[in-house]
Amino acid sequence: MGKKIVSTNGLFCIAMVVMLGFSASAVADKSDYLMPDVAPAPKDNQTTTERIQLGKALFFDPRLSGSNWISCATCHNPALGWSDGLATAIGHGMHELARATPTILNTGFNKFQFWDGRARTLEEQAVGPIQAAGEMNQNMEELIDELSTIDGYKVLFEAAYPGEGISEETIGKALAAFQRTVVTTESTFDLWIKGDEDAITASAKRGFELFEGKGRCVICHSGFNFTDDGFHNLGLKEEVPDMGRYNVRKVAVLRGAFKTPTLRDVTLTAPYMHNGMYASMEEVIEHYDRGGDVKEHLSPNMAPLNLTKQEKVDLLAFMKSLDSIKPLEMTIPHLPQ
Amino acid sequence: MKKLILLLSLLVISTSVMAAEHVVLQKGKAFVENGAVVESLTLAVGDSIRFVNEDPYFHNIFSLSDLSTFDLGSFPQGDSRTVTFDKAGSVEIECAIHPEMYMEVTIQ
Repeated sequence: MGKKIVSTNGLFCIAMVVMLGFSASAVADKSDYLMPDVAPAPKDNQTTTERIQLGKALFFDPRLSGSNWISCATCHNPALGWSDGLATAIGHGMHELARATPTILNTGFNKFQFWDGRARTLEEQAVGPIQAAGEMNQNMEELIDELSTIDGYKVLFEAAYPGEGISEETIGKALAAFQRTVVTTESTFDLWIKGDEDAITASAKRGFELFEGKGRCVICHSGFNFTDDGFHNLGLKEEVPDMGRYNVRKVAVLRGAFKTPTLRDVTLTAPYMHNGMYASMEEVIEHYDRGGDVKEHLSPNMAPLNLTKQEKVDLLAFMKSLDSIKPLEMTIPHLPQ
Repeated sequence: MKKLILLLSLLVISTSVMAAEHVVLQKGKAFVENGAVVESLTLAVGDSIRFVNEDPYFHNIFSLSDLSTFDLGSFPQGDSRTVTFDKAGSVEIECAIHPEMYMEVTIQ
């Protein structure tokens, strides 16, 4: 009977890469690993210079918090890989949160936001932490009133969203527009897949084969942003188990499952995992090599890898090749007065 | 009495013949039918969908729709799960592991 058919070209390419990844040889067509030039934006919030400028001001402005002391950049610090370098985040009143601050690098490419994917868009995500009691603890109506008294913001909002005013919607849109510009830049891996055979070391090349083959990493860390936009329980030891995605979708396989993060600029974003329990990539590789520690609710895609010492070195060399050669430079704006 | 039994038997047979099984592949992290990605399907009451995992990793099938709630679990490449739709209405189906794999099924 009736059905809606959509283009298969892109998905076919993804499938081909994934399937080829399980052969011993390197992937012949690496084009799926090429980063797009810009993150896609929704029709009602196309990225413009004015919107980026407004979003940047809001992002760095501590007046967005209830205490006027915490900005988005407090936790998503550009000097710390757009994260905070802490195992778990610290919010309003020095309240320690249960989860690590995820980097916002390349979140413009994500299909789901937050560790548990509870927001589909950056616009929706951006206004969440502002109002969360444990994070920025701001009342949205009070924030709108506060921003409406600042002449500089009146000008910026009008330039970015003419006639739309200062609202929760335009605050979220502007922050999203700015976050879409927070992206990783060209890596030596990128140069290699574009044809420069000397761009990465022989160890990194072996690591890439392991990544797609024996290491099984590509099952989850797939595509140009090295994420499947999926949710997996990795078998982490936790004193108080965090149910993660299960709190959003009550499906058994989602108990303790969290979103796959990007691997681009991965060495800039330590510590690792949703609870920041590993300080180094070496520890992360050891975790995967063991096939996870807690078997209850473990992702069915997890299994011991039995990697040799050299293979672990090679895998790490590959992941380091994903780092931006020149990480995104960010100037701090003068805040509107 | 024999006529009634015969009639009922024919009715059962004809109903089972009419019910169709749709085969939907889980391939490249998408739902695929007859070589094309499907985001929506329209079925008749009594029809079923057999989901076949063709990807080299686990997929899941679940629905939390008002009309029908089910979790067919997670299964590896080569395995399949079948769900039959007994009531008219609409059902949203996802892979829990890869929620971009999403389709709407309308049962008429």
